[in-house]
Amino acid sequence: MLALVIAHFAIAPLAPALVRFVGRRVFLALAVVPAATLAWALVQTSAIHDGETFTETISWLPSLDFDLSLQMGTLQWLMVLIVSGIGVLVMAYCAWYFDRDDPSVARFSGIFVAFAGAMLGLVLSDDLLLLYVFWELTTVFSYLLIGHDPARRASRLAATQALIVTTFGGLAMLVGVLLLGAVGDTHRASELLADPPSGTAATVAVLLVLAGALSKSALFPFHFWLPGAMAAPTPVSAYLHAASMVKAGVFLVALLAPGFAGVPGWHATVLGLGVLTMLLGGWRALRQFDIKLLLAYGTVSQLGFLLVVFSIGTRAAALAGLGMLVAHALFKATLFLVVGIVDRSTGTRDLRELSGLARRMPVVFATAVVGAASMAGLPPLLGFVGKESVFGSLLDVARASDGDGSGLPAYAGWLVLAGIVLGSVLTMAYTLRFMWGAFATKPNVAPIDSRPVAAGFAFAPVVLAVLTVVLGFSGTAMTHQFDGYLHQFPEGAHHAELALWHGLGLPLLFSAVVVGLGVWMFLKRQVVAQLQALTSSTLSMERFYRASMRGIDRVAVEITGTTQRGSVAAYLTFILLVLLALPGTAMVIGFPSDIDVIAWDTPAQALVGVIMVLAAIYTVRSRRRLRAVLLVGVTGYGTAMLFLLHGAPDLALTQVLVETTSLVVFVLVLRRLPGHFTDRPLTRQRWFRMALGAAVGVAVAGFMILSTNARTADPVSEAYPEPALAYGGGHNIVSVILLDIRAWDTMGEISVLVAAATGVASLIFLDTRLSGIRRVREIPYPSTVTKLTTTPGLRTWLAGPRTLTPDRRSIIFEVVTRLMFHTMVVLSIYLLFAGHNHVGGGFAAGMVTGLALMVRYLAGGRYELDEAAPVDAGMLMGTGLFVATAAALAPLAFGGAVLQSAQIDFHLGVLGDPHVVTSMFFDIGVYLVVVGLILDLLRTFGARLDRQILREERATADASAGGVRL
Amino acid sequence: MSANLTLILTASFLIGCGVYLILERSLSRVLVGLLMMGNGVNLLFMVSAGPAGKPPIIGSAPTDDMTDPLPQALVLTAVVIALGTTAFLLAMAHRSWQLNGNDDVQDDVEDAAIRRLAATDDVSDSHELAHEATAEDLATDEVYEEEGAEQ
Repeated sequence: MLALVIAHFAIAPLAPALVRFVGRRVFLALAVVPAATLAWALVQTSAIHDGETFTETISWLPSLDFDLSLQMGTLQWLMVLIVSGIGVLVMAYCAWYFDRDDPSVARFSGIFVAFAGAMLGLVLSDDLLLLYVFWELTTVFSYLLIGHDPARRASRLAATQALIVTTFGGLAMLVGVLLLGAVGDTHRASELLADPPSGTAATVAVLLVLAGALSKSALFPFHFWLPGAMAAPTPVSAYLHAASMVKAGVFLVALLAPGFAGVPGWHATVLGLGVLTMLLGGWRALRQFDIKLLLAYGTVSQLGFLLVVFSIGTRAAALAGLGMLVAHALFKATLFLVVGIVDRSTGTRDLRELSGLARRMPVVFATAVVGAASMAGLPPLLGFVGKESVFGSLLDVARASDGDGSGLPAYAGWLVLAGIVLGSVLTMAYTLRFMWGAFATKPNVAPIDSRPVAAGFAFAPVVLAVLTVVLGFSGTAMTHQFDGYLHQFPEGAHHAELALWHGLGLPLLFSAVVVGLGVWMFLKRQVVAQLQALTSSTLSMERFYRASMRGIDRVAVEITGTTQRGSVAAYLTFILLVLLALPGTAMVIGFPSDIDVIAWDTPAQALVGVIMVLAAIYTVRSRRRLRAVLLVGVTGYGTAMLFLLHGAPDLALTQVLVETTSLVVFVLVLRRLPGHFTDRPLTRQRWFRMALGAAVGVAVAGFMILSTNARTADPVSEAYPEPALAYGGGHNIVSVILLDIRAWDTMGEISVLVAAATGVASLIFLDTRLSGIRRVREIPYPSTVTKLTTTPGLRTWLAGPRTLTPDRRSIIFEVVTRLMFHTMVVLSIYLLFAGHNHVGGGFAAGMVTGLALMVRYLAGGRYELDEAAPVDAGMLMGTGLFVATAAALAPLAFGGAVLQSAQIDFHLGVLGDPHVVTSMFFDIGVYLVVVGLILDLLRTFGARLDRQILREERATADASAGGVRL
Repeated sequence: MSANLTLILTASFLIGCGVYLILERSLSRVLVGLLMMGNGVNLLFMVSAGPAGKPPIIGSAPTDDMTDPLPQALVLTAVVIALGTTAFLLAMAHRSWQLNGNDDVQDDVEDAAIRRLAATDDVSDSHELAHEATAEDLATDEVYEEEGAEQ
C-alpha cells in the first residue's frame, strides 16, 4: 500500500519533464500509476468481500506515538477504487483536454499526480496524524491546482480562499486529533473505533475533527470555497468534486461514524448543517448561468446530502451512504467531464448561449443523460438505487424504536427526511436546468458552432456512464461487498439492501413526488427565477469571509503601524521597558534580605571608579563630538586600569591598545563631521530618557548583586590550570582558553573582524576594495619645484613626509617615529611569541603592529603608510584567515580534532631548545587579521578621507580663483 | 560569593549613561553610548569573576591566588569585537553625513509607509480582496471576457 502512495510521489516530480518532452499525451502514461493502484485494489475484491483487513505499519516517531500505519478495510477499499479509478479516467481525459502548446500543463501534470498520491495516502491512513499530513497535502496541492493560472486574479483569489478555509478547518482537526489521541491513548483510527473514548474532552475532540471534515467537504458555512474553485481547469474540478478533496470530509465522517455517531452534538451539527447545505446548494444551483458553476453548487448540495446519510449511524443509512458515494462519484465525474467537452468544443459554458448541442454531439449527450438521470435519482440507475435506500433508512430512523439504533428522536427523523425530499426536488430541478441549458435547442438562441469531439476525449465520461448503468443492476452484489463496513453498525429494523426494486411503499412514493415536483419547478422556471430575485440577498458567507480577511489585514496594518514606529530609539525603549517590567520586577520580589557585599578589593578601585563616573557624566553633558570621544576614552582607560587591579593584565593591555586605536580612528572620522552634535532642546522626552537610563542602571546593579549572591557552584575554570599546561602547552591560561579551549570563539571573532573591515571599506571606498598603493618613488617630481642635488649617504628620516606641505610636517615627530617604529614591531613580535606563556598574544601583538603603522601614517601621511606597509589590507586579512583556518584544520591530517594543539620540542644548538605549541600558528593568523584590520582602517578613514579632503580643498580654491571646473 | 560594590556601581553608572546616549538620534552619540555600555558590561564580567587576585599565569603565583581566567577570555573577545563595531558604525556615520549632511539615524521608510496606511485606514499592498466582488462574480465575468475576446 505504502509503495503505491510512494509511487505517486516518485512519478510526480518526473511528470513535468515528461510532458515537456513528449507532449500532453503523456498523461496516458502517467495514468499507469493510478491504474496500478486500481488493479491492485480490484485484485483484493474477494478478500474484502470476506471481511479481510490489510494493514501495514512502519515505525516512524515512536516517541510521539506516530507511525506510518496504513489500513485498508471495506470503506478504504471503496475510496481507493474511487480515487484511483476516477484518477485514471481524468488523467486520460487530460491527454485531450489541454491545448497542445499550453506551457502550464507541465507543472499541472506533476501537481495532479502528487495530489492523487496525497488523496490515496489520506484514505489509506490508519494513524490520524498521518491522515492529517495527507489531508494538508491535498490542501496544498489543490491550492496549486485551483490557482492553475496564476496570472488571473480570479484564479489566485479562489485558490487562496480554498486554502484558507480548508486549512482553517484542518487546524481545528489537528487539535481534535491530538486531543483524541490524548484521551484515547492512541492515534490509530482502528483502535479508537474499537474502544471509543467518551467524556467532555472526547466530545470536544470529535467536534473539532468534524470542523475539519465539514470545511473540507464544503458544508455551510464553509461551502463558498467550492464554487470558487471552479477557476481550476475542468479535469481538476471533476477530480476534486467527484473523487477527492471534498470526499475526504465524507470519508472521515464515514470512518468515524461507527464509533462516534452517538457523541453529543454530532447529529445536531452534521444533520442540521447537512440539510441546510443541501437546500442552499440546490437553490443556488437553480440560478446559475454557467453550467460548471451550476454543477459546483450541485456538488455542494450533494455533499450536504452525503454527510447527512453517513452521519446517522445506522446500518441501513451506512449502506445507503456507500451506495450514494459511488453513485455521486460516477455521475458527478461524468457531468464535469461532459462540461469540459462542451466548453472546449464551443468555447463557452453560458447556458444562455449554448443551443442545439444534443444533435451536434449525440454521444456526449447520451452520456450526460445517463449521468444526469442518476443525479436526479431516476431508475434504473445507481443514483436511484442510492436515493431509494436513503429514503428507506430515514423512514426507519423516524419510525423504528430509538431511531433504528441511532438514538435520534422520531421528529428528527421526519425533519431530516422532509429536508432530504425537498433537497431532492431541487436536485431534480437543477438537473433538468443543466441538461436543458447545455443541450436543448432554445427557440430564441442560434445553434452554437462546435468542434467535433475526439473519441479519446469522450472515452472517460462514457466509461463512467456505463458503470452507472451496470452498477444500478448490481445492488445485491454491492450490498454483500460492503458487509465489512456495515457490520460495524447494529442490525436495523429492516434488513437493508441496495436494490432497484424495494416494492411499493413510501420510498417509491417519495421518488415519484420528487420527480413530479422537480419537473414542475423546471417548467415553472420563470416563477422560480422571480422568487430567486425576491429572496436573493447580499448576505453571503463569501462576503463575510472577504470582510473578515479585510478586517484581519486592517488590524494587522493598524498593529504594525502602532508598534513598528520605524525608530530605533522607540524599539530600544520598548526592550528596556520590558527588561525593567519583567526581570526587574522578579528581581525586586526575589531580592534577598541579607546580601553579602564588599566595598572594594583595594581602595584604588574606588579612586579609578570615581574618575570613570565623572568622565561619564561629562561625556553625557558634552555638546562637542571630540570632547565626548575623549571622555569616553577616559572611561575606557579606567576600565583597563580596573582590569589590571583585578588581576587581568592581558585584558588591560588589549583594552589600552584598543582604546588608543579607537581614539585615533574616531579623530580621523570626526575631522569630517560637524564639531557639535545636532542641537536638541531639553524636552520632556529627554527627561524620560534620563529616568530610563537611571532605572536601567539601578536594575543592572540589582541584578548583579542578586546574581553574585546567588552563586553557589565553583567556577568551571578552576579545573583549567592543569590541562592548560598539559594539553594546551601554555602557562598563560587566558591565552590557552583563546587558542585551544574556546578556540572556536576566536575563529568566529576574527571572521567578524574581517566582515567589519570589509563593511567599513565598502562604506568609504564605495566602488572598489583596492586602496591603490603608491610608493613615493612612483610619484612624479613636481616640475615647479627645483630639485636639490643630494649627495650619497644623505638620507631623510622618513620618505613619505616629502609629499606633505611643509606646514603639516613635524620634524621631531618624524625623528621619533623613525626611532620607535622598529622597536614597536620587535615588541609586537615578542608579544606574539611570548603570549602563550606570558602577557601578550596575537591580538595584543597585532594591535601593537597596528599602532606602529598608525604612528608612521600620522607622521608622514598616506604615502608613508604605503611605504611602511606596501600590502593590500584585504590581502593581509585574507591571508590571516587562511592561516588560522589551515592551523585549525591541520590536526585532522594527523588524526586529531579540529583546533587541537600539539607540542613540539626541537634542538637548535646554540640558539636553545624551543618549545613550540602548534596553536601558535593559529595565533599568527589572528595577528595577521588584526594587523590587516588596522591597516584597513588607516587606509579608509585615513588615506581615503585625506584624498577626499584634498579634492574638496582644491575645488574650493579653484572656485575662489574664479574658475569653475565643469 | 560576595559582590564588589565599587565595580558594580561604576559599571551600572556607565550602563545608565550609555542607555541615555543610545536613545539619541545622532549616530556618533549612539556610538559613544554603546562604547560606554560596553565598558560597563565588561566590568560586570570582572564582578562575576569573583574577588581580585593574581594574573592567571601558571608559575607566577599559586593557582589558588589567581583570578578566574574564563571571564577574561570572554571579555578579551568582546573588547576586540568592539573595535570592529566602532569602526563600522563610524563608517556608517560618515556615509550618512556624506549623503544627508548629518549623522542622524533616520526612521525606517517601509515602517513609515505602513503608518501612512494605518492613518488612512487602508489595507496592505498584499491584500488582494479589497475589491468586493466574489469569486462567483469574477468567474461569471470571465465567461463573458473570454467570449468577448473571441469575437
